[in-house]
Parts: sequence; C-alpha cells; structure tokens
Amino acid sequence: MKDKFLLKLYITGQTPKSERAVANIRRICEQELNGRYELVVIDVLERPQLAEDEKILATPALTKELPPPLSRVIGDLSNIEKVLLGLDLQPYAGTSKKQGGDEG
Amino acid sequence: MSTKTKVAQVDKLETGIPGFDFIADGGLPKGRTTLVSGSAGSAKTVFTTQFLAEGIIKANESGVFITFEESPADIRRNMMGFGWDIEGWETEGKWAFVDASPEPGNTTLIVGEYDLGALIARIEHAVGKVGAKRLVMDSLGAIFTQFADSATVRNELFRITSVLKTMDVTAMLTAERTEEYGNIARFGIEEFVADNVIILRNVLEQEKRRRTIEILKFRGTPHHKGEYPFTLIPSEGIIVIPLSAIELKQKLSDIRITSGSPELDKMCGGGFFRDSIVLVSGATGNGKTLLVTEFIAGGVNNGEKCLLLAFEESREQLFRNATGWGIDYKWMEKEGKLKVVCVYPETAGLEDHLIKIRKEISQFKPNRLAVDSLSALERVSTIKGFREFVIALTSFIKYEEVAGLFTATTPTLMGGTSITETHISTITDSIILLRYVEMYGEMRRGLTVLKMRGSRHDKDIREYTIDGTGMHIGKPFRDVTGILAGTPVHARRGELERVGALFTEEKVGSE
Repeated sequence: MKDKFLLKLYITGQTPKSERAVANIRRICEQELNGRYELVVIDVLERPQLAEDEKILATPALTKELPPPLSRVIGDLSNIEKVLLGLDLQPYAGTSKKQGGDEG
Repeated sequence: MSTKTKVAQVDKLETGIPGFDFIADGGLPKGRTTLVSGSAGSAKTVFTTQFLAEGIIKANESGVFITFEESPADIRRNMMGFGWDIEGWETEGKWAFVDASPEPGNTTLIVGEYDLGALIARIEHAVGKVGAKRLVMDSLGAIFTQFADSATVRNELFRITSVLKTMDVTAMLTAERTEEYGNIARFGIEEFVADNVIILRNVLEQEKRRRTIEILKFRGTPHHKGEYPFTLIPSEGIIVIPLSAIELKQKLSDIRITSGSPELDKMCGGGFFRDSIVLVSGATGNGKTLLVTEFIAGGVNNGEKCLLLAFEESREQLFRNATGWGIDYKWMEKEGKLKVVCVYPETAGLEDHLIKIRKEISQFKPNRLAVDSLSALERVSTIKGFREFVIALTSFIKYEEVAGLFTATTPTLMGGTSITETHISTITDSIILLRYVEMYGEMRRGLTVLKMRGSRHDKDIREYTIDGTGMHIGKPFRDVTGILAGTPVHARRGELERVGALFTEEKVGSE
C-alpha cells in the first residue's frame, strides 16, 4: 500500500513552458499523491546524456518510473485529469484521492 | 570586379561516395544542410550511412546519425553487409547515434504545449561528444508520425536546421516522397531545407529496376544536372555512375597496333590506333569471335595483356574455338597475358556489369579489351541505359588507354544493322562490317572497313574465308553491288567497266 511514486520531469532550460510544467506537476503531486512520491526535475541542457539514455525527444516530459509499468506524458501538464490518466495514477491514488485532497 | 569570383565561392565537402563527388562538382556544400528525398526503398538510409562511413574511413571525420525510424541496432546490423562496422566506430568515438526511433507499443499521451528541445540538446551533445563534422537525420517524415501536431514539428525542424548551421556540420536530412516524379517530399519539408536537394529514384523501366540520383539544386554552387544511375554493391555500398558527365579529354595516340590479321591491318591503313574503340558488326556465325580471337592473339604475340569479356559463350566453348584456329588460350592465361571472364548478361543490371568490368580492368590492367558480344547486353537494359553504359565503358577504357574491340550481332543474316550499331556507332572510332554475300546459290563472306577515324583506309568490300588457321582476306567483290543493303546484285562486266571509267575520269577532272 505504501507504494512510492518515482516521477522524473525533463525540461529544457528555464523557459515559460518549463516553469509551467514544474508548477503543474508540483501541484498534482501535492494534491493527488499525498506525500507518497519522489519528484526529480532534470534539465536536459545540463544533462543531455540522461535524455539520450531515456530517449527523451520532446520536453517538458514527465515519466513515472515507479511503480511499474513505466509511462510517459509530454507537454506542460496543463490538464490534471489527463496527466493522471496518462501516468496511470488513478488505481493507486483513486481511493485516497478525495480524502487526501481534502485533508491536505 | 576582382571580388566577383570570391563572393560566389561555396566550399565543398568531399563525401567520398564513389562517383557522387564528380556529379556534385566536388561534394556537398560544406557546413550546410542537404535534403535527400526519395520513395520507399530508394536507398536513402544506405546513402546517408555511407556519407558518414566514408567520412570516417577516408577523411577521419566523425559523424552523428539521428534516427527517427529504424533503431540503432537495426542500422548497425543492416549496414554490416556493406562492410561498415558502426559499432566499432562507436567505441572509437567516431560515430554517435541519437536514437529518436519510436518505442514499440506505447503511444505517449500529450498534455499541453511541448517542443523538441530535448532532441536539439541531444544532437548538440552528440556532435560535441565525437567532434562530428558530418550529420544525418533519417528520416524527417517519421517524426511527423510520432507527433501529431505537425505545426509544432515543422517549427522545431526549422529550429534544428538553424542550430545545425551554427555547429559547422555538413548535414543530410532524408525525406520520403510518394511518387518518383512529383512533389519533392511529404509534409512540405522542402520549405525549410530547400537550399540543397538531392533526389534518389528507384524506377521500374520496362520491367527493370533502375536506380538514379539527381542533384536538383545546390544553391550558389555548380553541379551536374540530370539523373545519374547508381548501383548498390554488397560490401561496398553505393557507386554513382557519372555516365554522360565523363569528359572526353583523353589524349589521342597515333601509335598503331595490330589487329592480329596482317591483311586487316593493311585495310585499316596500318592497324588500329592504340586507344581506339573498334566495333565489329556481323550476323551470327560470321567470324566475329574469330576476329576477337585474332585480336587477342595479335596482342599477346606482341607481349600485351588482353582481357576478354564473353557474354554469349562459355569458357569451354571459347577455348575450343580458339584451339580450332590454332590459338592456345590456356597457355596465354597461364602466362598471365590473357584473362577470360565469362558472364551471363542476365545475372546483373548494366550498372553492375559496368562496375565489374571496371574492376577487372583496374586489377588486370590489360592493353587490350575485347567484348563478345556487346549486343548480348542489350537484353538486360533499356536502349537509353545501354547507350549510357557504352559511353561510360568506352570513356573509361580510353582513359585507361586500353584498345577496345566490341562485337555486335545483327539480327538478319544479310545486311541490316543491330540496335547496338545504331546506338553506339558514333561513339566508336572504327567500324568493321562482316556480311554474308549470296552468290549463285552459295554463301560467301565479305568484310569492309566502314569507318576508321583519323586514318585513310581501304574502302573495298573484300571476300574472306575461314579455315583451320584463321581468317584470310582476299580480293574485293568487284561484280556485286548491294551487299550492305542485304540485296546483292550481280553487275555485268560491261556495266562495271563503264562505271569504273566514269570515276577515273571524274578523278582526273577534279585534280
């Protein structure tokens, strides 16, 4: 039950798009994941080899590495529902979502 | 005024792809991006891979390959057959992949705005990592299928091409086209990489596949125009055949060599020229192969090396024929003076034959080349392709200062011309016709030197016979006309004398 979400957000420099994506994912994590997450923000300009290894083409890109399966969403994450759907977060967060959100 | 020439200069990067630099007038525009467009199966990936491979092999220039379609593993494996060890180059730090191939199975969800900044960062990183001078993106169309928002993709590709400009790499981008003769590329890609465009084609022409390459434009720099055939050779890659681009600037020689027959030499005014191309035309069984055999024997007797390319008869047949005329091919081969290569025309396309012939010539370095028969090669090509092949072959052997004797088979027994003759007679220096002559219910043979560039020659149609010692050229047919037309008519004695007298009088009068 105590599954932790490992999320990585790839951005390319401090662009408005990047900043929007960072703000959006922070809000999603706080509202929906109830503290059960680890979020790493990677700037591809500083660490291009990481992007190569992970085959990141477009940014911003959010990957969920844990729990498996690996999933990925591209864009500035402006639609929370779609992000949750795309990362397959619902089954884990579904029950605690509303309570967590209210309590938080 | 003096700055005029300086402004127009665009540096070229020699690609190293055989033949390509010739039609590109030195290579690709250096530091610029060239679009390589072609339909499916037009060898875009091979062409671009070779661009990087030749850079590493010939110029020690590193390369980056950005793949949007095939996985790096596939490319490594597929290109191994051409002898390109990509994996080895990767470990040596001369080759880097940027893997942008789609991952099977999962479609990525798109939520909100995005760009291809990560791809650009990866490209810059890869170029910096290996110090790349050459770069390939294969293929642009595939990226449009990965990302639905084509407006964004176009915008990003435009950004990539401007980034490439600042990195001082010479780049090739590939794009698909749906028709061989239509729009340059799908998705309107040509709009932002339109400065330099190369088109690869794979056209079905009279049931035969013909690959061609065309430089559509190189902005601000010269190149050869039109389509040039190319061929894909295992373990070598692409070889472009710059047929009509070959310049005829060989030096001419007035040294004579023997045709192998003293009588024929006399008819030609003292033998063939050393670097001339002689076409022997005749119907089947008319002594063409014998003429070839004597040509070879004449060369070998003078200590020259001869190469015989046979497209009609097998080795055994050729050797037996030669023995029948008292010429020992076996001994000549053992002495290293002769090489007989027998090939069935159907085994390959003309481009491949040409490459093979060139290779044989470069390796064996003959003084004489005989092709028996050239018209057998007509079968595997279109007329245009055949003509181009002959031009390429003749200019190559002239360049190598090899004497050439080609034979052509006429379709009819009496008179007539073959396709070979019609299409290549202007290219050859000399033409010898062998013709059957029907006389009082008997087939006799006639020979004439129709053309002998740069020399006086015998204009008679002479009778010849063939026996165990070879060819014997005798007296002219004085009382027959219409031999070449295939309708010999016997003239009366009196008529002959009258015509003869006519000409002598005219001659006297004109002098």
